[in-house]
Amino acid sequence: MLEQYIPIFLVITIALIFAVVTVFASKIFGPQRPNKSKISTYESGMQPIGTTNERVSIKYYLVAMLFIIFDLEVIFIYPWAVQFKKLFGELGISVFVSMFIFLVVLELGYLYAYKKGGFKWD
Amino acid sequence: MNITEIIIVSLIKIVFVLGITLLTVAYLVYFERKIAAWAQNRIGPNRVGWQGILQPFADVFKLLLKEDIVPEKANRIVHAIAPMIALFVAFTTYAVIPIGPNVNIFGYDISLVVADVNMGVLYVLALTSLGVYAITFAGWSSGSKYSLLGGIRSSAQMISYEISMGFSIGGVLLLAESLRPIDIVNSQAGLWNAIIQPIGFITFVVSAFAETNRLPFDLPEAEPELVGGFHTEYSSMKFAGFFLAEYANMIIASAMIVTLYLGGWHLPFEQSLGLSGSWLTVFQITSFFVKMGAMLFFFIWVRWSIPRFRYDQLMNLGWKVMFPLSLINIIWVAVIIMITN
Repeated sequence: MLEQYIPIFLVITIALIFAVVTVFASKIFGPQRPNKSKISTYESGMQPIGTTNERVSIKYYLVAMLFIIFDLEVIFIYPWAVQFKKLFGELGISVFVSMFIFLVVLELGYLYAYKKGGFKWD
Repeated sequence: MNITEIIIVSLIKIVFVLGITLLTVAYLVYFERKIAAWAQNRIGPNRVGWQGILQPFADVFKLLLKEDIVPEKANRIVHAIAPMIALFVAFTTYAVIPIGPNVNIFGYDISLVVADVNMGVLYVLALTSLGVYAITFAGWSSGSKYSLLGGIRSSAQMISYEISMGFSIGGVLLLAESLRPIDIVNSQAGLWNAIIQPIGFITFVVSAFAETNRLPFDLPEAEPELVGGFHTEYSSMKFAGFFLAEYANMIIASAMIVTLYLGGWHLPFEQSLGLSGSWLTVFQITSFFVKMGAMLFFFIWVRWSIPRFRYDQLMNLGWKVMFPLSLINIIWVAVIIMITN
């Protein structure tokens, strides 16, 4: 059964080699003449002000956390979706109802985050 | 087939598909510029070769011979790894996308897909999620404010739309009963998924636009405010890597849309044409590429027709419209299956 994964490993190896070679190609072919103004940070021609080690808006962390919660639900739904037709023939409507209840609970969490302003960008 | 034969056959397929992908990327850039020129009543590239047909190669050689500038504030290692991740993701994902039915060459039954695995859809989802790292690393490691803002925006955007993308695929799995792309295509031999579940089709296409950072969702590269976004501090082949990856991702997104929703290589009336075995195969492979080309043209057409969203509109659309719609789609498909069975 593991035979079907051989092409995947080959693709990954070739893609890795391709990526590394492409990135380092210009190190070999291109000129290397750095000077102070060339390697300074780009800021529309002005002298760069401050650093980038500044604080990031909390909203991005919120999005990241909401993503982890809801993306897990996606993976949870896939096995049910693949088995649905077969299980519906055996067990009837309960297959649908159980997942429907789960989705309702998920939607309650979604509505809670909505009401708390989790998706608000201003 | 034994192990050696599998390795030889898959190496031939990989070289073939990699070649096709690279050529398509090169000419996609050319056609994007030509279509942009038509949309704006210009001529477009027409100097290098006949009608500018050699322009993509001239561009690649120009970038290859440029100096690779690493800014002083940059984290050198992460700065080099980011474009590698982008390229790696762009050139591994195509492995599970089937372009045609099995063919018989020299007595071997060969499937027209590099890796015929039973978890193909998960493989695509996993790799496209990895693509977020490339942009986040690029933004963070450059040491420039524009890059940082572009990188953070982009990662928030991509993970938001990944959820509605995942839920839309749920509807396809309900009908196909498999995660294997070939099974998904064969389940649409009679009726395309785009017709059975139009909501899922629309949410998937919109999410695909957001995942590939194309207009109207190209906030990470919004030129008027962020210069080049996450690739502001990249030059030479590192920049070319991001550029290549963006167009390769467009091709993969089109191929996934065709595979999941537009019936892959199947056309509803193909059996009534009365073609013999091998001609039918040729016809089906051609139909796959024609559909993919139409999707790619749609990507470019949208870019030159619709203005860019504001960032809060984009996040609102993702969380408040796309996410509920894709959930409704799953319930819709489940109800349809229950009624028809």
